[in-house]
Amino acid sequence: MKFIEKFFNKYEHLFLEGGKYEKLRPAYMAMFTFMFTPDETTKKGAHIRDAVDLKRVMFTVVLALIPATLFGMWNVGHQYYLQAGTEVSNMEQFMYGFWKVLPMIIVSYAVGLGIEFYFAVLRGHEVNEGYLVSGLLIPLIMPVTIPLWILAVSVAFAVVIGKEVFGGTGMNIVNPALTARAFAFFAYPTFMSGNEVWIPKPETVDAYSGETILGALGQGHEIAYTWKEMFMGTIPGSVGETSVVMILIGAVLLLLTRVASWRIMVSGFLGAALMALVFNLWGANTLMQLPWWQHLLVGGLAFGVVFMATDPVTAAQTRRGKWIYGFLIGVFAILIRVFNPAYPEGVMLAILLLNVVAPTIDYYVVQANIKKRMKRFEKQTA
Amino acid sequence: MYKQVKINRGLNIPLKGRAAHVLEVAPRASMYAVKPTEFYGINPRLTVKIGDHVDAGDELFYHKYIDRIKFTSPVSGTIEDIIRGEKRKILKILIKPDTTDTYKNFEVVKPENADRSQILDLLLQSGLFATIKQRPYDVIAHPDDKPKAIFVSAYDSAPLGVDYAFALKSKMKDFETGITVLKKLTDGDVYLIVNGNTASDFDKITGVQVVKAFGPHPVGNVSISIEKFEPIAKGDRVWTVNPADVAIIGNFFNTGQYRPERHIALAGSQVKDPKYYSIIPGAYLSDFLKDKLKDDNVRIISGNVLTGSNITKDRFLNFYDNQITVIPLGNKLRFMGWMPFLGKNRKGFYNFGIESSKELDIDANLYGEERAFVMTEEFEAVMPLDIYPVHLLKAALLGDVEKMEQLGILEVAPEDFALLDYINSSKIDTQELIRKGLDIMQVEIG
Repeated sequence: MKFIEKFFNKYEHLFLEGGKYEKLRPAYMAMFTFMFTPDETTKKGAHIRDAVDLKRVMFTVVLALIPATLFGMWNVGHQYYLQAGTEVSNMEQFMYGFWKVLPMIIVSYAVGLGIEFYFAVLRGHEVNEGYLVSGLLIPLIMPVTIPLWILAVSVAFAVVIGKEVFGGTGMNIVNPALTARAFAFFAYPTFMSGNEVWIPKPETVDAYSGETILGALGQGHEIAYTWKEMFMGTIPGSVGETSVVMILIGAVLLLLTRVASWRIMVSGFLGAALMALVFNLWGANTLMQLPWWQHLLVGGLAFGVVFMATDPVTAAQTRRGKWIYGFLIGVFAILIRVFNPAYPEGVMLAILLLNVVAPTIDYYVVQANIKKRMKRFEKQTA
Repeated sequence: MYKQVKINRGLNIPLKGRAAHVLEVAPRASMYAVKPTEFYGINPRLTVKIGDHVDAGDELFYHKYIDRIKFTSPVSGTIEDIIRGEKRKILKILIKPDTTDTYKNFEVVKPENADRSQILDLLLQSGLFATIKQRPYDVIAHPDDKPKAIFVSAYDSAPLGVDYAFALKSKMKDFETGITVLKKLTDGDVYLIVNGNTASDFDKITGVQVVKAFGPHPVGNVSISIEKFEPIAKGDRVWTVNPADVAIIGNFFNTGQYRPERHIALAGSQVKDPKYYSIIPGAYLSDFLKDKLKDDNVRIISGNVLTGSNITKDRFLNFYDNQITVIPLGNKLRFMGWMPFLGKNRKGFYNFGIESSKELDIDANLYGEERAFVMTEEFEAVMPLDIYPVHLLKAALLGDVEKMEQLGILEVAPEDFALLDYINSSKIDTQELIRKGLDIMQVEIG
């Protein structure tokens, strides 16, 4: 590793004050601190610090996403060859999906990180690590057939409008990855919903059925998949959200490392289950009749609750608030899904809605604490 | 009957190098320093000049705004130098000690029979009043205030914390006298916080409310017990005194002399043979530490690793501290040090819990760079007080007086946020933010 260190040292003077590329220092530092954790020691406050920094936190989330990503790649190939009617090996299915999904990931990171670097240089502050996660989340919640330019535009919108205008990572109101999806969904609906976007259309086939489970139910159709397939994830859908198993593996990692809030996950599933149960009792249409536990397996609910609702910046920030926030996400996800079959994206809309409401939830939680204190003040001074 | 305080939120950080229960007398230092900067919020006015001879207990300077608060010499000797910084701010008063101490003789009174004003007067004259701190604001108390209670925590739950049951074992008589003195200062109760898991001589102290504390650090911090038993409202005053200072106060009333010698723990992974030493505060430590350290590339801390001050360059023991901790400096680059689960990266809060791991050798590296607040969960996890730390910190950042008060800043001291410093992945110095917030509050509300 000495030679990398030497390489950085050799060019450091260019980025120091008075150097040729002085203004690009944030970019230089982002590269350097990616390769090496700095030798900086504590100046004020506690003399010892936990080894966890935001880089590690974000990378842990990326690790947790990997099972879902790899499975998603395989599933893209799997669905494609299923429609094409040809039988190929698992490896071939995976490679097909790999070459479909990889450009999406590259575009997402290139555009997003590019903008992040630009803003960091513009403002003269460090590049924040937040986009490491968003950059992978965005391709995973898009249909695989999305044109790359739409992806690029959505990413740019999400990073600039969803995040940077608020001041960057830590200041944003809504989840940047979901902002990208919502933007694409409302700006380019034909590329984001319907029966033909979830699976690349084989040229040899004229008619094929690539509709998602929620899409089918919305139309009042019978669903063509068993609960096992829903759980394993061998169903059409956005790239990374179909497999509940793979998502749960990621969830276990997030919970063991305490990176994500278990309160949000538990209350999210609880809220969804409860709402679905209520609809089961009502049972007015096919979506309401879907057994409550199957509601938890389809439509990106698990992915949303595990990876998107738990985003610590946009979630409620108090523990009590997190219970309420997660629970309402679950409730609204099912509510939107069932009442508005045109928008099977209940989870996305529910999380975005609660992102906006989260500060209000916190406000009331904190206000209760303040009230208690003020009451005590009055009693003691009276 | 004992009272009890029990918390779940918090964190014990197991560190290498706990001081063994052995007490040695440290040799007399070649120089002593009194640092006015240590006495937070004090504006010093000197009463000595270079070349003066002082006895232990003689006045060196007083507080400009409350001139009754005096600060005295810990040893007898000659004023060697007065070191000033920017704007002629007094940084250090250096005293070259005599070979043996001579003491200023104060009036000897039995605290049981004395009245409050007499006791207060003696404390102020001897310089011992500076050992009494007040809540809110965590600053030296005001002699005109009458506190509603006084808290003494004999349980240092911080990493490598001092075991006061051992350090004060031979000073229990003085400690008892000191408690009697404190009882005279308040109409309310004197609370003594002790480790609930082990029995000690402190349990037998009479006339105080003994509080048995259970749970992880910061359970030994006085704030936790204050919140439970004597919660602070606007206008309230609660005083706090360190148990080692209680013993020094007691000794002063027993002998009529100011003898600030204390039993400190020399601890930390870079100390060859960690144990307790009897030492006078202000002592120059360079000679003392020679041959006692494993390495030169270290951070020397007066106090503990969470709240102490860096004296690596300075090397004079602070007035208030009962501990010197020496840890590796850790000023080296680590290749992709942010990778989880790989290499020799030590465990942290996130990686399956640090509490259960074996003793660790943690250095003073920052392990990352400062960022905005992101991981909001972690703050509440180590905050046992009934406050919302993120919201309070943001109010402190903005200097919003009303918000800070509503969110409970009057109930906290910077030390209560030490674990937040340790744990937070955004590397924000929360103790400093709280200190600034408290300063603003004191100016605005008083």
